[in-house]
Amino acid sequence: MADKYVTDEVRKQIGTRSEPRVVEVERGAIRRFAEAIGDANPLFSDEAAARTTRFGGMIAPPTFCRSLGGAIPEIRIDMPEFRGLDGGSEWEYLEPIRPGDRITMVSRIADIQERSGRLGPMVFITVEHSYTNHFGKLCALQRSTVIRY
Amino acid sequence: MAKQTYWEDVEEGSELPKLEKNPTTQQLVKYAGASGDFYQIHYDKDFALTNNLPSVILHGALKNAFLAQMMTDFAGPEGWLRKLAVRYRGMDQPGSKVACKGTVVKKYTEGGNHLVDCEIWLENAKGEKTTDGSATVILPSRAAATPVR
Repeated sequence: MADKYVTDEVRKQIGTRSEPRVVEVERGAIRRFAEAIGDANPLFSDEAAARTTRFGGMIAPPTFCRSLGGAIPEIRIDMPEFRGLDGGSEWEYLEPIRPGDRITMVSRIADIQERSGRLGPMVFITVEHSYTNHFGKLCALQRSTVIRY
Repeated sequence: MAKQTYWEDVEEGSELPKLEKNPTTQQLVKYAGASGDFYQIHYDKDFALTNNLPSVILHGALKNAFLAQMMTDFAGPEGWLRKLAVRYRGMDQPGSKVACKGTVVKKYTEGGNHLVDCEIWLENAKGEKTTDGSATVILPSRAAATPVR
């Protein structure tokens, strides 16, 4: 059966990238994020203690990237009314993110699929986000799935 | 700094040290502020109820952060969380304890790194797995004097 919402026209959006967005990582933002998630690891809040480690200073907790506010490309699907649901994320971490880093974020629509669920047709949208520092090193890759139903 | 686990100390099939959390509505507000996710289902009870939810619910990303914390605690200051994947299976409400747990699935070396693959999940107070996933950490080796990354 043909998909109700994910038409060939909708599928053409796969591969679309957002404009790059650059954000400077503030030390206070890292501390506030660590405090909000209740993570007392000194690597994420205590510069003096973090200096004694091989990192040589504070770094950001793994999921801090989410707070940088990467631009998601607009996804056009003709669903009159829908609810959104966060399906999950897959992360790869390659380099630490540090205070003062200027992180360039780019998002790409990696996949759009329709499946039928208990609540009727559900659209699964996978978006890949890359986080690259000002030395041109890729720090993290995130593959997130959002569900529209 | 926390004590360091070495690759040689880890056994396949062993349990990871669990991480317990007791998220409150205050924590959800803090997380909304720190992450920039202001979807009202996480702090506005009336809004949540009109969206057919039982009450306000935890951000999936907060549960992602809890599981990441369990893994960075396990990796220690000399280790590195290389991969993390989470899938949200069910909703969690503030005011009730959750526990992050995991087991070591596989230990191996690859490209000079000493790696450990883990199966991870988050349980609610009833013992139901409301989030599950996997993680890979690089651990320092007692044999190798080289840094892990």
